[in-house]
Amino acid sequence: MNRKVVKQDLDSRIFDALNVSLLFIFTVIIVVPLWNVIISSFSSGRALAEGGFIFWSKEFSLENYRAVFQDQSIWQSFFISVSKTFIGVVTHVFFCAMVGYGLSKRYIRGRKLYVALGVITMFFSGGMIPTYLLIKSLGLLNSFWVYIIPALFSYYDVVILMNFFRNVPDSLEESAKIDGAGDWRVFLKIFIPLSMPAMATIAMFNGVGQWNDFMTTKLYITDQALYPLQMKLYEIIVQSQTQSMQNVGGSAVIETTTKGVQLATIVITTLPIVAMYPVLQRYFISGMMMGAVKE
Amino acid sequence: MRTMKEKPMGQRIKEFVADFRRQWEIQSMVIPGIIFMIVFCFIPIYGLTIAFKSYTVIDTLDSAPWVGLDNFRIILSDRYFWDAVVNTLGISFLKLGIGFIIPIILAIMIYELNIGRYKKFVQTISYLPHFLSWIVLGGMLITWFSTSGLFNQLLLNLGLISQPQNILLDPGKYWWIATLSDIWKEAGWGTILYLAIMSKIDPTYYEAAKIDGAGRLRQIWNITLPNMKTIISLNLILTVSGLLGSNLDQTLVLMNSQNRERAEVINSYVYRMGMTQGDFSYATAVGLGVSIVSVILLVTANKVTSKLNDNQSVL
Repeated sequence: MNRKVVKQDLDSRIFDALNVSLLFIFTVIIVVPLWNVIISSFSSGRALAEGGFIFWSKEFSLENYRAVFQDQSIWQSFFISVSKTFIGVVTHVFFCAMVGYGLSKRYIRGRKLYVALGVITMFFSGGMIPTYLLIKSLGLLNSFWVYIIPALFSYYDVVILMNFFRNVPDSLEESAKIDGAGDWRVFLKIFIPLSMPAMATIAMFNGVGQWNDFMTTKLYITDQALYPLQMKLYEIIVQSQTQSMQNVGGSAVIETTTKGVQLATIVITTLPIVAMYPVLQRYFISGMMMGAVKE
Repeated sequence: MRTMKEKPMGQRIKEFVADFRRQWEIQSMVIPGIIFMIVFCFIPIYGLTIAFKSYTVIDTLDSAPWVGLDNFRIILSDRYFWDAVVNTLGISFLKLGIGFIIPIILAIMIYELNIGRYKKFVQTISYLPHFLSWIVLGGMLITWFSTSGLFNQLLLNLGLISQPQNILLDPGKYWWIATLSDIWKEAGWGTILYLAIMSKIDPTYYEAAKIDGAGRLRQIWNITLPNMKTIISLNLILTVSGLLGSNLDQTLVLMNSQNRERAEVINSYVYRMGMTQGDFSYATAVGLGVSIVSVILLVTANKVTSKLNDNQSVL
């Protein structure tokens, strides 16, 4: 009896030690490459061309960032990214909350039909080309609103909010209605303030999606003035790849300059998300659970 | 008979309209959403008809002439399409084989960690890559794999290679790059749901098992895994139904003229045929075919897993 317990303890300790070290290796595999990108972005072109550093740069320099910020179009793209994310998130959350609130009332006429339409949109879509033709015929090509209008609505988010609204006690609504408030008033003054946690979660997912989205630009935008940071970065990447393939063994100067610019742009593009990360982290676990419950 | 049935019907419509009017405020919240769905979802579904038409830029959706299944017939003899199918399946099966299991193992390992702070640290780090866009990660991969980049430096320092080489230009390695970079990005994120499910397992099970002399691995095998069966099957069904749709963002950023033959997937092929070459009908036909096969896969996977789960359907 006694021996068994001791043996199990030893097994358990070996398990723990192995577990801790394997997970440590796992975090190293994630952190080291990211760190390498950051320090490389602060390296001079010469150090980048030589390579040979992993944890610490040999020549600290701000030249990459200087080059990026001298380009006026980066500021323009940053502005587009920020505004499309901000406007997109606010309108998306409000629109989905509005529809979700309406559908959360079981007595609403036509509810069965509305829900059936919504469920169909979750499983079927026209795909890339028919959607492109629609966007084109709506005149949204090369318009800032193509970032906002098609992204207004998501039935998934409507379902999440609908379930959240149902958990608010009916008595709150009833007493407000007795005092003469209409549905809009109840929704705006009572339900929206009470649902801040749910809406913040959806805002966070949607915001990360808006910030990271580049397919919308790739498909519908050709006007460079409307490029967000992601598209700008994509252009720099494609450009540098064709360049480095063209001068295999050729001019190393051009290659390292574009590489530096690329690295600095990567860091600038990601910085807002990393800066928001502590705030985001609070929401995404509860968000994943809310998303899972509806399954 | 007829008149008897029609009367209540007419009355019902009247009642409906009256109710609808009385509910105008709440209806005014829902109707915009319905209009949105009709415009942005159902019109494109109707637009799928161009797969059976010969659509050119001068046509409208309705004026284009019908060609029946011609587009689908061309697909079957299109070599580039089949290349894309092979690549899509190759990458998807690698992602399924490795990428599906890693989050499960990772979640169990994190769950078994007894040091609270360390646990939090591992979780925080593991979620981080999910928040990088594919464009950002693609840019990073290109830097890491460049001849003076991190990957080659590591291999050189370890003495595994003598000459740096850019593996992104090597078509033979593309499937692995696509698979492993996807796992690097999403494995940690994939643990969240599993961890949430595990946190709901009754701890007395583990205590009872401990008294019976079960070691840690035995506990994982007999308690943790059976408790996750449903969520694992659900994930598996969704993964299988997505076999034909590999990541377009990833492909667009990592594909180059050197690795194209192994990097082109169905989605990027649809993009190329439709958006860059303007062959809308053909590209739509490819997309439609893929959607139909995906639905068949979804239904089949659901059937198979429900058989395995004692005839209880997961979906």
